[in-house]
Amino acid sequence: MAGVDKSLTEAEAVAELRPGMTIGIGGWGSRRKPMSVVREILRSDLTDLTVVAYGGPDVGLLCRSGKVSRVVSGFVSLDSIPLEPNYRLARQAGSIDAAEWDEGMLLLGLQAAGWRVPFLPTRAGLGSDIPEVMPDLRKVRSPYPEPVSGEHEELLAVPALHLDAAFVHQHRADRSGNALWLGEDPFMDDLFVRAADRAFVSCEEVVPTEELASLADLTHLRISRLDVSGVIEAPGGAHFTECPPDYGRDEAFQKLYATASRDDDDWEAFSKRYLEVDEATYRARVSELAADQGSPASGGTS
Amino acid sequence: MSNTANMDTPARADICAVAIADCFAGDGESLCNPIGNLPLIGGRLAASTSEPQLAITDGFYTLLDNVPPVGLSEQERVAQRTIAHWNPYREMFGLLWHGRRHVMMGPVQIDRYGNANIAAIGDWKRPRSQVLGFRGAPGNTINHTTSYWVPKHGPRVFVDAVDVVCGVGYDRAAALGPVASRFHEVRRVVSNLAVIDFDATDDAGTPTMRLRSVHPGVTVEEVLEATGCDLVVPEGVPESRLPTPEELQQLERIDPSGLRFREVAGS
Repeated sequence: MAGVDKSLTEAEAVAELRPGMTIGIGGWGSRRKPMSVVREILRSDLTDLTVVAYGGPDVGLLCRSGKVSRVVSGFVSLDSIPLEPNYRLARQAGSIDAAEWDEGMLLLGLQAAGWRVPFLPTRAGLGSDIPEVMPDLRKVRSPYPEPVSGEHEELLAVPALHLDAAFVHQHRADRSGNALWLGEDPFMDDLFVRAADRAFVSCEEVVPTEELASLADLTHLRISRLDVSGVIEAPGGAHFTECPPDYGRDEAFQKLYATASRDDDDWEAFSKRYLEVDEATYRARVSELAADQGSPASGGTS
Repeated sequence: MSNTANMDTPARADICAVAIADCFAGDGESLCNPIGNLPLIGGRLAASTSEPQLAITDGFYTLLDNVPPVGLSEQERVAQRTIAHWNPYREMFGLLWHGRRHVMMGPVQIDRYGNANIAAIGDWKRPRSQVLGFRGAPGNTINHTTSYWVPKHGPRVFVDAVDVVCGVGYDRAAALGPVASRFHEVRRVVSNLAVIDFDATDDAGTPTMRLRSVHPGVTVEEVLEATGCDLVVPEGVPESRLPTPEELQQLERIDPSGLRFREVAGS
């Protein structure tokens, strides 16, 4: 009856990926991103990935590192810094193929994949340049007459966003993949999980199954082991994005990241110090930086 | 002590806040969802004076039943909210597709039909300058009422044709036909100089920009010089109205640190 133990490391999960795959990443902007997994992808020799996300520094880092050839997003933003600098550079250099969907369209594409239907219809996007500049998006005519006019309405058919793999970061999970979110917004993490062939949940803490229902009300038990392939225990794994109530965004580090991205030499130095190192070294250097700046490191390092 | 000028020389920021508040007049029980500092202040002004049935957000995941000040610390933002409803992003899409919402966005470019660009400058495929992307603008504009706020009225914002249509304007809506566009309404554009509505029409009868009022101290000529697209100027354009004493009081309460004066200076 109990679920099997699906514990694994970031490296073991990333080893399951192949070049050219379509990867979904949960969270929203610079909020609750599975960053320890993203950092592991940066260390890999994967290329030509398609990334699907409500994007933040995950998308920016993957663009800057050349891991990604295509980005499907509802936006890419650092929240407190509205424009993600590395995504912006990639767009302006033409180094990635971008699909910039309306935010709601992305939800529908993920939902369609999870429900195993080829598309979901919406009015969002009609009349805008989205169908003009992204011509792979098609319209569909309703088989039903609109009650007042009798017209068979034309709507945008948002295609299912089928993912080869999805990564989401949750607050708690058991070893078999039942996961719990805290805070105030689940984002679309459960939709990413169901849109994917293989879904991986990283979490702040792995807990026994019998504790899950005591940690929050039932509506927070949003992801079930039925849909999860692997569980990664990653305390502080969302750093430098926020993961409240466990920790807030590391604004100082985010600023460092954004500033470094503006200059190639600065970026190389940032990359050497924080990205071309293993996770333990990353954590140690983040703590050093915080100590230098006289503030405690966020992200639960200890 | 107050940053607010007296009634003889009204602060321009207060005029703008009141003009923004007036955009939401008549909305009744719906979500007033302005984006940006002055829009937020104007929206909260409406909710605490003329349109008490409006709902506002806490900026994140809840709808409120009170109207707290803007610019609070995170701790105070959480402490001062009276939560009426849980509204995570997925629910916001549900709410806006249902239509009971009026958003105010800040366009990078806008044309006389109200087509608005927030995505990119230049060719979208490889932009000269990437901005926000489409975000929620397409879905917002085709599903419910939209207004816009322009803090620096100029000819590079008000343009003949926007580089990327994110927010749908009246010509695009007309091309979709009356059924597909039945929930579309671009109500107003408020800028630091003037208030613009869409009560004029082009030769085909499609709504286009009309100068509704100029802020006190601004001439019609100044507005026209700062506008790079056609703008219909009716006979006898009135001055934008002044805040009432109650509104001035509320503005001080809603924006005690004077964020609005940092966005629009002077009188």
